[in-house]
Amino acid sequence: MATQVIMPKLSPTMEEGQLSRWLKKEGDTVSMGEPLAEIDTDKATMEMQALGSGVLRKILIQEGESAPLGQLIAIIGEPDEDISALANQAAPAKPAEVATSAPASEPAAEEPAEAPRDAAPAKTAEPAQGDGQQPSEPKPAESGGRLIVSPLAARMAAEAGVDLRAVTGSGPGGRIIKRDVEGLISGAAPAAKAAPQHQLRAVEPGARRQAVPGQPSTYHDEPISEMRRTIAKRLVTSLGPIPHFFLTVEIEMDRAAEMRAGINALEPDLKLSLNDIIIKCAAAALLQHPQVNASFQDKAVRYYDHADIGVAVAIEDGLITPIIRAADQKSLSEIAGEVRDLADRARNRKLRPEEYMGASFSISNLGMFGIDEFTAVINPPEGAILAVGAMTPKPVVRDNQVVVRQMMHVTMSCDHRVIDGATGAKFLQTFKKILENPLFLVV
Amino acid sequence: MAVITIREALNQALREEMLRDENIFLMGEEVAAYQGAYKVTKGLLDELGDKRVIDTPITELGFAGLGVGAAMVGLRPIIEFMTFNFSILATDQIINSAAKMLYMSGGQFNIPIVFRGPGGSAYQVSSQHSQALESWFAYFPGLKVVMPSTPADAKGLLKASIRDDDPVVFIEQERMYGFKGEVPDDPEFVIPLGVGEIKREGGDATIVARSLTVPIALKAAEALEKDGVSCEVIDPRTIRPLDIDLIVNSVKKTNRLVVVEESHPFCGVGSEISMQVTERAFDYLDAPVKRVSGVDVPMPYAKNLEDLAIPTVDRVVAAVREVSYL
Repeated sequence: MATQVIMPKLSPTMEEGQLSRWLKKEGDTVSMGEPLAEIDTDKATMEMQALGSGVLRKILIQEGESAPLGQLIAIIGEPDEDISALANQAAPAKPAEVATSAPASEPAAEEPAEAPRDAAPAKTAEPAQGDGQQPSEPKPAESGGRLIVSPLAARMAAEAGVDLRAVTGSGPGGRIIKRDVEGLISGAAPAAKAAPQHQLRAVEPGARRQAVPGQPSTYHDEPISEMRRTIAKRLVTSLGPIPHFFLTVEIEMDRAAEMRAGINALEPDLKLSLNDIIIKCAAAALLQHPQVNASFQDKAVRYYDHADIGVAVAIEDGLITPIIRAADQKSLSEIAGEVRDLADRARNRKLRPEEYMGASFSISNLGMFGIDEFTAVINPPEGAILAVGAMTPKPVVRDNQVVVRQMMHVTMSCDHRVIDGATGAKFLQTFKKILENPLFLVV
Repeated sequence: MAVITIREALNQALREEMLRDENIFLMGEEVAAYQGAYKVTKGLLDELGDKRVIDTPITELGFAGLGVGAAMVGLRPIIEFMTFNFSILATDQIINSAAKMLYMSGGQFNIPIVFRGPGGSAYQVSSQHSQALESWFAYFPGLKVVMPSTPADAKGLLKASIRDDDPVVFIEQERMYGFKGEVPDDPEFVIPLGVGEIKREGGDATIVARSLTVPIALKAAEALEKDGVSCEVIDPRTIRPLDIDLIVNSVKKTNRLVVVEESHPFCGVGSEISMQVTERAFDYLDAPVKRVSGVDVPMPYAKNLEDLAIPTVDRVVAAVREVSYL
């Protein structure tokens, strides 16, 4: 008389069990009480004992498959007993993963029941790609539905925003390694860029990295672009070896603003900006203070005849300072047109080197970002840079009356090897005077 | 700088330190009258006398214990094991007494003792006499473990070990006593424990080796250079404390690591290094860490089999090529 082996209740809340491992294979002799299989319940992995003796004739669910309580999962019987009736009534097993293994009700007789456990995940682990449908993307380095990537390559790809599924792995077993990602980054076709959710990391950080209380912040490194490398190289040659000092002055901007509005009313196409006026005033002041329009050379101080003013322009991934040559000789409209043209071409990376190399003085304006005041880093070998803050209405005292005026802070960073405190201060005095009374430009 | 053998460098370190501090004494089998089984203690009995250089019976547990007791009352013993294979008999004193005394006495007893002698493989001395035991000793908090690979390191590290106030297991290599190299003449030439050294700089792969495997790794690096693979060879010199920063920084540069060691692979120092690199530089690895170890069998006696059981230049080259995907 055959013994039906059914999925037993191994924990109080168990509703179904997953066959973790068969401890006997078909054809093995089993005796009552002997461990027959290991079952994963909702709580633990439990051993299931044989409740009858004989030969394990038929295994009806394979390792990794699940069955509800009470379902027939194997048959123990005499070696020659006819069990076909029993076997036929067996319900199909419920695969644990997307079905890639044979249906449980028809286990191939040749298939060893105790397939090595380690092989099981490789056989069945196909992450939800949608009912076994093949994804359309190529996936050369996948093994069992998983990309095989070295930790370094995974990190590099994540940082570069490269979709690894487009990469052919050249390592053992198709592992994607450093050189594969390098090849893709260097040949970076825009098509290879992937949406962030496709980025793959060796350590998946989760949808958003959570701050861990008491721990230093998480971070990610981004490879340095050539521009960033140049900025870094040039600027550490600045603040390090150059003895900077800083002078700040507050400037009343009402008249300059008035002038701008007036000019723009006459010539709407000109779109004169305050910064254009600042450039012009700086150029005028520089001509009166040639000590500031200077640079420290190894064995000499170089004084420039004209004010070649570099204008810092923020562009994607960095900044660049195109130059208004001889700004002292140019009209406001010329300056305005030139600044606009240079800035546009800077953003499109179309500047020629001579258009951004070799200024005598620079201006950096962060007013449009609402910065009240800041200090800028000198762009060597220039002797100074003027950091311009935002123009804001403020209460000030004029003739013993509190009135509202448009005020603006500028801070000049000076190379002390060229410019002394008083020299810089006098220049700022002149600059302030002209900017507060722009009529000086035509005097 | 004089060019001398590791044997002579060790002898110099012993002599100089014993002349410097009369609390230091040397004890072990055949260290005095016979001048050392490997002649490392040559001349010391004549110069320092039989109160400082003491022959013992074949009783490793006994004289290791005597050493620990002497250290507890203020002396600075150097215990020579004829080979570290025999230290196995003395492990109770090394591990249960020397390593733990400072801790268990609440800081009252430092144990400034050095256990030294040759370890690793020799020439056809078979299973019981060809063992690399460093991972045993490195396992225990309280012990420092030192393994030099050059005459200069041997001298500088032995002097540091003798001057150290904690128990130090100083493992020489039987095949290396005759290796020659430059050694500074300065009697104050001391190499701090816990500081590794880059024996050869390179950018493509990191090889961490110690003791006998350092010259093997260097030869492999030379061969690989011809194939355009530039290897960085690092000798941690001290197994514990381990200069893991040196290794991790190198791996961050090269993205691949091969550990070469004479010992068996399972639970070896290489396993520890691999683990720590995984912990600290996982995102920098472009290939799994690879070990080239002594094979996982007792050392065979037969010459041909012995050769197969010890890391070779060819095996190191193959491992580096594997982690470099070549």
